[in-house]
Amino acid sequence: MLTITNLNEIASQVRRDIIRMVSMAGSGHPGGSLGCTDLMTVLFHKEMKHDPKNWRRDGVGSDMFFLSAGHLAPALYSQLARTGYIPVKELAEIRKLGSRLQGHPSVERGLPGVHVASGSLGQGLSVAIGAALAKRIRKEENFVYVLTGDGECEEGQIWEAALFGAQQKVDRLIAMTDWNGQQIDGPVDSVMSLGNLKAKWEAFGWDCLVVDGHNMEEIEKGFTWAKSLVGNGKPKILLVKTVMGKGVDFMEGTHHWHGKAPNAEQTEKALSQLKETLGDF
Amino acid sequence: MKEIFTNTGNKDTRSGFGAGLHEVGKKNGDVVALCADLTGSLKMDAFAAEFPERFFQTGIAEANMIGVASGLALSGKIPYAGSFANFVTGRVYDQVRQAVAYSNTNVKICASHAGITLGEDGATHQIMEDLGLMRMLPNLTVINPCDYNQTKAATIAIADHVGPVYLRFGRPSVPNFTPADQKFEIGKALKLIEGSDVSIFATGHLVWESIIAAQELEKAGISAEVINIHTIKPLDKKAVIESASKTKAVVVAEEHLIAGGLGELISGVLAKENPLPVEFVAVDDLFGQSGSPSELMHKYGLDASSIIEAVKRVTGRK
Repeated sequence: MLTITNLNEIASQVRRDIIRMVSMAGSGHPGGSLGCTDLMTVLFHKEMKHDPKNWRRDGVGSDMFFLSAGHLAPALYSQLARTGYIPVKELAEIRKLGSRLQGHPSVERGLPGVHVASGSLGQGLSVAIGAALAKRIRKEENFVYVLTGDGECEEGQIWEAALFGAQQKVDRLIAMTDWNGQQIDGPVDSVMSLGNLKAKWEAFGWDCLVVDGHNMEEIEKGFTWAKSLVGNGKPKILLVKTVMGKGVDFMEGTHHWHGKAPNAEQTEKALSQLKETLGDF
Repeated sequence: MKEIFTNTGNKDTRSGFGAGLHEVGKKNGDVVALCADLTGSLKMDAFAAEFPERFFQTGIAEANMIGVASGLALSGKIPYAGSFANFVTGRVYDQVRQAVAYSNTNVKICASHAGITLGEDGATHQIMEDLGLMRMLPNLTVINPCDYNQTKAATIAIADHVGPVYLRFGRPSVPNFTPADQKFEIGKALKLIEGSDVSIFATGHLVWESIIAAQELEKAGISAEVINIHTIKPLDKKAVIESASKTKAVVVAEEHLIAGGLGELISGVLAKENPLPVEFVAVDDLFGQSGSPSELMHKYGLDASSIIEAVKRVTGRK
């Protein structure tokens, strides 16, 4: 069983992977990827029941993960590599011509771990609910997980899906929102405030819990809470409070690193703050 | 003219869809259906009543419906997602593009009330751009059957085709003349009438109008070949080139805008393979308006008389 120390070490390596991938590609989205890393590490290394070597696109017999906020691809790709879906060295191929690691997740070249393309925001929650319904028809007890951004919740389709998920009582669906309070044009509150996000989800008939997204123990407790409510006929959502750019001091808490690659000097400075624990790709 | 086509009684193509869905639902347990608050209009009631655990009412929320269908499809189900053509194409183009076409999910997009024959509800609901929008998307198969029997057969056949499909049908009652026991073959054009002076390629409701036109033309001494292009994509290029190369004059008839329609598609093929005169029986850069289906077909030049005029123009250009 992985300890909290183990999880923190993995997360440190994942953050190094993210910085190195975006830096090598010369483009990509480091801020949000760094921010969701602790959550993704708990999810991929401890929470999900999955078999990376025998992954199936139809998800039969396994938990499924959907990344609705497709620009967090570097965070996902590192997790896929560090849990054995893809070779670690493949991370060097991100955003290159012919690569399976497209700028945003794609299924076209058969990337294990990715069920559907994402990047155009607001769609993943609907798709995940569809997958959860298929599991219900098959009488499977596996869970479906989906991660959205907070800015992404400005898309109307999220709220269409919120209504539908509650109507369909998909209570083995665990949604997560990476609540970093930032989007491309600035703080979410100034661009398009989401108001009381927890009250909104509860008003839509979901079980909702706010979780500290940089405390491994709290994140685990969040999942335990969600699973303890299975059977009550309500979908679950964790509002995961994160800091954009977490782990690299000059990237933290600002939208400026949403979609920008660090230069060589910045890369070196960032990596100096992140311990190499599992070996760089 | 050897071929005789008998109208066995007017029926709406959407009822063909509803009957086909019910039948394929009985045969194939993986078939599921979704509808955005138009279950009665799309005749999906029989499926919904018999298979409630496989039917999903999504409410008036088409974007979510397409996403949910994608999730069901990638999980191994065969979802038929239905609404009016306007609302499962233009309204949700990005959802269809990313979650269905690009992700190559096995979703059947079922589009009723397509074209101007939606009628009295007017231009807000009369989409005539949908074939163009859908055929531009890689991976998507685009089908536009001509009558009740063919729509039913197509609805059943697409369950066995692995990949996303756009299935287009309509609201009004129209002649039902193709065989009830036909086997629908995706991508295979059907020659309905053999002719030598002009090739009329028609799709959807315009197929029957083309048959009427060919009968009238025969009286005037013009031998028209009528070919039913029920599959817009992949287009049966071989059938198009063979017929056009024989008659050396082409008319394309469709309930669609010229822009993005079958006429442009066929013209593109002929431009490369065998440039020949082509005339379009389609709507030229206009929105529709309220009216009865037959009034609108006449007003917008989508009936047999318009086809006859187009044939006369194109044979004069030979």
